[in-house]
Amino acid sequence: MSFSPIDRAAAKTPNGVARRIRGLSDRTIAWIFVAPTIFLLLAVNIFPLIWTIRLSFTNFRVNRPNNDVEWVGLQNYQRILTDPDIWQTMQATAHFLIWTIILQVLIGFTLAFLINKKFKGNDMWTTIIVFPMMLSPAVVGNFWTFLYQPQIGLFNYVVAFFTGVDPASFSMIGDVNLAPWAIIIADTWMWTPFVMLICLAGLRSIPDSIYEAAECDRASKWRQFWTITIPMALPFLMLAILFRGIENFKMFDLVVQLTGGGPGNTTTLTSIDLKREAFEKWRTGYSSAYAVILFVTVFGLASIYVKALNKVKER
Amino acid sequence: MMKFLNGLLRFRRGAWEMLASILIALGVVMLMQPFLLTLYTYSFIVTLVGTVMFIIVSHFPE
Repeated sequence: MSFSPIDRAAAKTPNGVARRIRGLSDRTIAWIFVAPTIFLLLAVNIFPLIWTIRLSFTNFRVNRPNNDVEWVGLQNYQRILTDPDIWQTMQATAHFLIWTIILQVLIGFTLAFLINKKFKGNDMWTTIIVFPMMLSPAVVGNFWTFLYQPQIGLFNYVVAFFTGVDPASFSMIGDVNLAPWAIIIADTWMWTPFVMLICLAGLRSIPDSIYEAAECDRASKWRQFWTITIPMALPFLMLAILFRGIENFKMFDLVVQLTGGGPGNTTTLTSIDLKREAFEKWRTGYSSAYAVILFVTVFGLASIYVKALNKVKER
Repeated sequence: MMKFLNGLLRFRRGAWEMLASILIALGVVMLMQPFLLTLYTYSFIVTLVGTVMFIIVSHFPE
């Protein structure tokens, strides 16, 4: 007679322990299994969040741990929400967020649509297109810094080739009007493949039979695109927008490497500003309030977005 | 419009979620608009009210 590992483990369990386990209800056993996860979640997510909210009402500075911590009420929030510099940072973030999402969705979906067609070298092109996404943001930042160099950068020469302007006459990173577009182009280059992959998954999930039925009904390609492809790929597109929206709201490394938030404050996004407040000026209470404001904004947006996504999926 | 108002009066989830969503969206627009500092100042409270409302009303009956 052969014994399974479970039988062997049961045989080795001391009688007292076995009796106690047998006496437990299913609900209790379920709680025992779930408890470590809940504990981890509380320790890693919930506790820091509550601690940050608490700190946001104080003047605590982490580099002066021996100083008295005073309760300042809503003063941190009041200062942040009346500061024109932070307002400017929010606008820079909005500009970055809106344009990256628009460009990434448009280009990503177009690429996915093309890659979805069966042609020779399909897999090779997919790998080449996905390549930028595999790089580290620090590498991409460095890489684009060289590309944007007015004297030797390839980007300026490409623009010069198409427009006829002198390549050394403009600097993508040094110009206050061009720098916000420089970070948008670099981020779009890096993350469009991610949107493409999600859209490709959506397009490949559409059964061929639907298109065949549409062909039988003599629906044009244009009509098929708007009444089959777009509605059926929409949940995937929305998912891609959600992921990119949240990620770009927190964008830090690529922009720091590329422009360092400059020139002036034109590319200082909220996450860069928050990091400076927290770890350069060491205003922990103030930066906690800043973080809470950003958290509530992202959480609120994500809530309505997930609701909309569920509605689209139910259709 | 009447359906929406009835939903609000009867504490139905759909109508209240819609109201909360409008508040959140309005708060985010106020936070990031480049026109008026006053709107920016009150953006957080609008978003916060919308978000808390959204969490509460998602437990209302359909």
